[in-house]
Amino acid sequence: MVWPSVVRYGRMVDPFDEIQRLQQEMNRLFSGFGPAVVYEFPPINAWVSEDDAVLTAELPGIDPEKLDISVAGDTLTLSGERAPASLGEGETYHRQERNFGKFARTLRLPFQVDPTKVEAKYEKGILRITLPRSEQDKPKKIAIKTN
Amino acid sequence: MAREKTQARMPVEAERTKEKRVFVPRVDIFETKDGIVIAADMPGVDDKSIDVTLEKNILTIKGRVEAKPVEGHSLAYAEYDEGDYERLFTLTDEVDREKIEAKVKNGVLEVILPKAEPAKAKKIAIKAE
Repeated sequence: MVWPSVVRYGRMVDPFDEIQRLQQEMNRLFSGFGPAVVYEFPPINAWVSEDDAVLTAELPGIDPEKLDISVAGDTLTLSGERAPASLGEGETYHRQERNFGKFARTLRLPFQVDPTKVEAKYEKGILRITLPRSEQDKPKKIAIKTN
Repeated sequence: MAREKTQARMPVEAERTKEKRVFVPRVDIFETKDGIVIAADMPGVDDKSIDVTLEKNILTIKGRVEAKPVEGHSLAYAEYDEGDYERLFTLTDEVDREKIEAKVKNGVLEVILPKAEPAKAKKIAIKAE
């Protein structure tokens, strides 16, 4: 049986080829249960104003003592470890979806930060870091003298 | 052949009537000799904003998160979205319904489902005649 061919770009193209290719692409898109995007851990949201920046990170189930937050100039480094629940003898996993291990993230802020005034709060599994802008970095209004 | 004690195929993202986003929290389920433990990552919830209900065979975990924008600031960069959490599990008869415990710490919910007595393996002593 002869399949009908389509003339495209001046050449004969088999339409079933194209449909198959489309199907393969769709399968690839929808296969795989779980997030298709690999993001860095922990995910961070940044709220910025003229005077300071507030960063919120989703970090459930960590020990705030073991968290390391360091600020240098306009860079913030957040690192720590998320320990998995240790299983005893004869204990098995049915499902394991949460991620564990060491993590480290570095973020560049839009201004220089005053490291002495940085505050961090850990509540309900969300870490909130307030980073005030350093005084030298704040824009100064220049008065215009007129004669 | 081990039977799946709690099963949830393809967790479904629920929809609210309002515009609020509902997430499926990631869980770890592991079995100890006394029961099954479900640990769910739900950052942003505390003991007052979590509901754990058991109806017939379905265990429902729901968490409410109040997404509050930071006053006087604008969101410059976002990697995560804030919303409620919901996930359902179907339990088998091997769970002792009366003794289910749930606790929350730092945004992680732990639900302990103890095994009902007959499900625990009983060693049978052999008497010599």
